[in-house]
Amino acid sequence: MSPVGERELEICNRVLASVGDRAEAIVQVSTGRHALTRFANSFIHQNVAEDSTEVSLTAVVQGRLATASSTDTSDRGIGRLADGTVTAAGLRPPDPHWPGLAAPGETAEVDHWDQATWAASPVERAAVVRAFVDAGPGTGAAGFCSTDAVVTGLANSAGLSQTGRATVAQLDALARTGTSDGLGAEMSRSLGDLDGGRAGATAAQKARASADPVELDPGHYEVVLEPACVASMLDFLARAGFNAKAHAEGQSFVHLGEAQFDASVNLWSDASDPRTLGVGFDGEGTPHQRLDLVRDGVTVALAHDRRSAAQAGTRSTGHFSGDHAAGPMPTNLFLGSGTQSVDALVGAVERGLLVTDFWYIRFLDPKTQVVTGLTRNGLFLIEGGRVTSAVRNLRFTQSFVGALGPGRVLGLGDDGRLATGDLGALYGWFHHVPTLRLAAWNFTGGAKG
Amino acid sequence: MWPAQLRCARAAPGPATAGLGYGARVFDVATAAVEGALAAGARYADARVMTTRTEGMRAQNQVVESLRQDESAGVGVRALIGSSWGFFATPCLDNASARAAGAQAADIARASAMVAGPALELAPVTPAQADWSSAWEEHPLQIPLEAKADLLVGVTRASQDAGASLAGASYAVWDTERWFVSSEDARISQRIVECGAYMEAIAVGDSETQRRSYPGVLGQYGTRGWELVRELDLEGNAVRIAEEAQALLRAPQCPAGTTDLVLGSAQMALQIHESVGHAIELDRILGWEAGLAGTSWLELARLGELRFGSEVMNITADATLPGALGSFGYDDEGTPAQCTDIVRDGRWVGVLSGRDSAALAGVAAGGTVRGDGYSRLPMVRMTNVGMLPGTSSLDEMIAATEDGVYMDANRSWSIDDKRLNCQFGCEIGWEIKGGVLGRMLRNPTYTGIGPQFWASMDLVGNETERRFWGTPHCGKGQPVQTGHTGHPAVPSRFRNVRVGVRG
Repeated sequence: MSPVGERELEICNRVLASVGDRAEAIVQVSTGRHALTRFANSFIHQNVAEDSTEVSLTAVVQGRLATASSTDTSDRGIGRLADGTVTAAGLRPPDPHWPGLAAPGETAEVDHWDQATWAASPVERAAVVRAFVDAGPGTGAAGFCSTDAVVTGLANSAGLSQTGRATVAQLDALARTGTSDGLGAEMSRSLGDLDGGRAGATAAQKARASADPVELDPGHYEVVLEPACVASMLDFLARAGFNAKAHAEGQSFVHLGEAQFDASVNLWSDASDPRTLGVGFDGEGTPHQRLDLVRDGVTVALAHDRRSAAQAGTRSTGHFSGDHAAGPMPTNLFLGSGTQSVDALVGAVERGLLVTDFWYIRFLDPKTQVVTGLTRNGLFLIEGGRVTSAVRNLRFTQSFVGALGPGRVLGLGDDGRLATGDLGALYGWFHHVPTLRLAAWNFTGGAKG
Repeated sequence: MWPAQLRCARAAPGPATAGLGYGARVFDVATAAVEGALAAGARYADARVMTTRTEGMRAQNQVVESLRQDESAGVGVRALIGSSWGFFATPCLDNASARAAGAQAADIARASAMVAGPALELAPVTPAQADWSSAWEEHPLQIPLEAKADLLVGVTRASQDAGASLAGASYAVWDTERWFVSSEDARISQRIVECGAYMEAIAVGDSETQRRSYPGVLGQYGTRGWELVRELDLEGNAVRIAEEAQALLRAPQCPAGTTDLVLGSAQMALQIHESVGHAIELDRILGWEAGLAGTSWLELARLGELRFGSEVMNITADATLPGALGSFGYDDEGTPAQCTDIVRDGRWVGVLSGRDSAALAGVAAGGTVRGDGYSRLPMVRMTNVGMLPGTSSLDEMIAATEDGVYMDANRSWSIDDKRLNCQFGCEIGWEIKGGVLGRMLRNPTYTGIGPQFWASMDLVGNETERRFWGTPHCGKGQPVQTGHTGHPAVPSRFRNVRVGVRG
């Protein structure tokens, strides 16, 4: 068997040779298999797969840089990519913030890979879907089961090289009655870990329990937020908060060294943790560093790429987002779990809401982290420590950082797991998070507006 | 163990070097893909060879932060076996790889049959043999990069000099070619050139930020050349948006309450997109998007009689508007572009559809199925979903409003999974008192329920006020695809709307 990423690195080196001494260069070559089996109304209606190849080149000519990509790995294609990128770089103004290439150094020792998932067939994905559908008799089913595998190599003209590979298997689906939806979601590096029957039963139970919802007046309610909701919160905190570029621009909520969160909150990024997914380095070749962002409620760090780090006089933490304009973003986030079961969290609530999922969240202002969005896929009223009824979905307008502030986190569940949030579902982000009990959440509208 | 694409031969060069005979060769590739699917048991198959060249640049505070030029080429093939679909895509543009891709699509369709749906037919479409191209005066990829950089750097300098804390500007270009072949003997080539630009000024205060964008938060894009960007006059608006962003930091909050609301055409474009455009997608109505994007409050059985809004509400989906972002010649199933009535005098009368969804619903194929690149399955997308003009100018609308708020330029948007409960924030608002614009208001928001909101619309802007807005950022599907949609829009007035919702 060839070493991981050997073929991809070989293409990287062909690109570097084609660029020659005309420019500094960094090249990343990724090949992959991506397949997604999608179902609705309890049958598979879309079923797609692709083999992918992408060659991405950044060329830098005296501080002027351009990035280009191609799917063509022929000699002619690589020559065109190199020539075009070098030419484009030379035509634009210099970038005064260009930090230079990463030097050879530490390699990323991360391998979130499952060979069987790389080789998974459409029949195996359909079997997971079959089990999900069968687990919810009397309900409709809609969602997807996917397998993704990527092998990547990265090299630059300063002599750095990295290789990595990763697989991701995901089942994310709803059981549906005529009046309600219930969510069942699982993700892992291995398709074999996904249990369609288990997820389907969870989703069906949620859907049936919320089939006859009551109207509830908007207002401030204590809440128990399940992991999908918490993952959504981290999407926004990570993208616009712990982003060193946004912080330097004054657009982030972060005040380093201040107790901005409840003392029970610990948040960190760690790509090497066996519970997470993905490759171990960023698109600049820097290994993802284990990075504490919040320690016992105190905000202690920002995520950096090489550009933001150079401007701040520090080192990259390996969190280049792929877009210098967007700035760095911490990935592989972990929100520290607690010791309470979800039942215990619910049991401690005198009157509040149990929320399964959020939907369509958008910023009103990134600096305050005030967003608006809606509940989805299971909303329940808690009275006297137990769920008493389903509730029709509500709209909220709420600051995420405010909701997690000092004294606002009343409990953390012992159920930490990988989950995707509202933005994560669009961009492929995931976080390891528990259920949270929070003192208050500002619901601002319901079915009547 | 290496993915097969690393071993593929490449018979076809990329589009930038396309010479005589390139089109014939890639038609052969698409044909091979269709033949591969049919040989593997498909009863219908189609394939698209697609090449996409994109370019984008962004500057902030006089520094070009990113310049990207991307190019992709490949073939995607759909196969239908029984009532089950399969799709496979590969970047390998040789006949053998394409034929194998067709066979893989058929294998996937066979696996789909393990959880099969009801019988499925395709709404009839006359197979076309055609070539189509959008029109442009200045091809945007032929404008020198230096000139584009000068434009972006220059407007950010002007905005920064006028006090913006952060001044940003960007443009984006797409040049896409498609070669479509179906087992029904359709054979269509198509080229679409699109471009547009965006600019923003952000004022950073102690506790919040304020943004003003131009020409709107989503920019302005169309199926046109660089002449579109020139006409935007970014230079002429850079100072104004910087000054307005700073003024917003000092402006009073938009009061909370219920009042009359006048929306500018840029905000109307997004209002139409979210609460009309998505709601009328037939795949959503049929439940096919329930897993992520959601469904729709519209019930198919009520098509033709359901009241969507007031009698002054008239909406069409028109893929034939020259220069608009949602225009094309044929969709990715080979159905000709068309104009469909969606809401007529306030009644819901039309949907956006593809061949399979249309057959299930018993309507004609709407020709709105499009895929985001060769590797994505074509799906129902908005074309140019927009409002037909009414009779009022914006000035007349304001003069006719005794007490209200005028808002424009979206800052946040959120709507529920049935497209009913929406809440929008705008960048800027102005108080209206006695028919006159008054104080500037910061953080203006409004919220409502779709049909009630549209029922409250009583004044609609006239033809002079109409703009063909275009947004290239519409996410839908799994894997997520980005769609380019157009929205002809006019300013409009709504009565008794809840405004001023805050966190």
